[in-house]
Amino acid sequence: MANENISLDHRVILELVQPRSSVLDLGCGTGDLLYLLVKEKGARVQGIEIDEQAIYKCVAKGLNVFHGDVDSGLAEFKDKSFDYVILNQSLQQIRHVDTVLNDALRVGKKVIAGFPNFAYYTARLQMFFRGEAPVTGSLPYQWYETPNLHFLSISDFIHFCRSKEIDIQRMVCIGEKRRVFLLPNLFAQVGIFLISKEG
Amino acid sequence: MIKEKRTIENNSIGVVKTEYFSFDSLTLKSGVKFGPITLAYETYGALNKDKSNAILVLHALSGDAHAAGIHEGQDNPGWWDSMIGSGKAFDTNKYFVICSNILGGCQGSTGPSSINSKTGKPYALDFPLISIRDMVNAQKHLIDHLGIDKLLSVTGGSMGGLQALAWLVKYPERIASVIPIATTIRHSPQQIAFNEVGRQAIMADGHWKAGNYYEGQAPIKGLAVARMIGHITYMSDKSMAEKFGRQKKDNAEPFKFTADFEVEGYLHYRGDNFVKRFDANSYLYITKAMDNFDASGGKPLQEVLQDVKVKALVIAFKSDWLYPAYQSKEIVKACKLSGIEATYCEVDSTYGHDAFLLEIAEETHLVSHFLKKVFYGYEAA
Repeated sequence: MANENISLDHRVILELVQPRSSVLDLGCGTGDLLYLLVKEKGARVQGIEIDEQAIYKCVAKGLNVFHGDVDSGLAEFKDKSFDYVILNQSLQQIRHVDTVLNDALRVGKKVIAGFPNFAYYTARLQMFFRGEAPVTGSLPYQWYETPNLHFLSISDFIHFCRSKEIDIQRMVCIGEKRRVFLLPNLFAQVGIFLISKEG
Repeated sequence: MIKEKRTIENNSIGVVKTEYFSFDSLTLKSGVKFGPITLAYETYGALNKDKSNAILVLHALSGDAHAAGIHEGQDNPGWWDSMIGSGKAFDTNKYFVICSNILGGCQGSTGPSSINSKTGKPYALDFPLISIRDMVNAQKHLIDHLGIDKLLSVTGGSMGGLQALAWLVKYPERIASVIPIATTIRHSPQQIAFNEVGRQAIMADGHWKAGNYYEGQAPIKGLAVARMIGHITYMSDKSMAEKFGRQKKDNAEPFKFTADFEVEGYLHYRGDNFVKRFDANSYLYITKAMDNFDASGGKPLQEVLQDVKVKALVIAFKSDWLYPAYQSKEIVKACKLSGIEATYCEVDSTYGHDAFLLEIAEETHLVSHFLKKVFYGYEAA
């Protein structure tokens, strides 16, 4: 597991998932995380991905993947079809976050949500001193080419969960190379949450 | 379906021979007991020791058992030659591939043009109405005969996909995986409508004579028109524009309504070629079987797939308007709701429905990796 090639967010998610679970990854990309979950955790996995070329890469890894968008792909699953539904780095790109997250919490017993922290201190400094839209390690895009639709901070997500009565079971905040424990909303680039909802 | 473009490749499977399997009778979905039945089929590659590497390939409306390789003394490769062979999607170095013709057909299997042993004449309309499920039941006799307990996969495009779905619903314990391509759980009104126009064209031909034309001239004009309509629905607006544009044929004869445009010439060519190899009554019976097909008998598909352990790869094509992607997504939805492990890809293609015969690179990638996982598991994928 001490594989240097595994990105930090994937390593955190690997730790959050119990062995031999079933996992649905919304916006699974080329399937790197799902493949790790199969190899390291013996997970039963399913991906949903919009990009056709990424689908081919998933299939080459032997993964099950549905070609489609996350916004509409969830509705067809039964309640609690998966132990985990993962929204890693896709949450901020989904049009109807509230609906999708609700549906993810319906389809999965637990949801793992990872997103870039807009309140990271460099982002704040860029905004404050330069007066420009921030470009950071976890928010690498220029304002005119970003796929992100929502710009949220770790605090925003905590408040959101509270207002929706979503239970935060774990919160792991990370920087470029390591976990961040001190003032994560200021010093973390990415927040990863393990959440669930009663009912 | 664009046969003139095909050439024999270096890695062709070589010379193959059509074989025939006969059995006594089959009780049809309609309740009628019918027989004897002969099925034409071909096989490629070798069956392994534990008989676990067999793949059944099912053809579309006008297809036949000749899916790959060439026949002795001929140079026309099979209809899916680019997908079946050494190192291809259905790799004959690893898998034993069977392509079965259908009950009701006219290319070696029992159909309306076959001789009724009771009368010594072709069945014509005395041939019973058949269903896609009957075709599959006949194929099951063949698979039993070949001694195969469980197929590694069943696959087919278009009507071949209907048959693959019928296998999934009727004999899930006999298949490890299914690959339905450019197909549907049931025909939409639009699909039925196009088929009905084809049937009416045949029946409006004076030579049809309520199906009793075998001693005289066949209703080739009607059948050719049916085929022309079919070909329009197999292409897309874009693929037609790219292939023909508004080009006119050079040798257009000076008459008001000759086929001046290339696209007209193409359709005539297609129609005229088709009548040489296809029986009009078969066309009627088969299209009716397609229209009547409903994989789950009116119920939602997921209801009949509960506890089914088959793996699925569903493929659709963006520009296919005859079997649009939403129909494949319905299959995928049933997989989601019944917990079937599945992969779905909507291939970006401009070829329309014909894409399943033409988008070989994408299909090869999807199919070969999928089969590898079904056959060997994750480690080899």
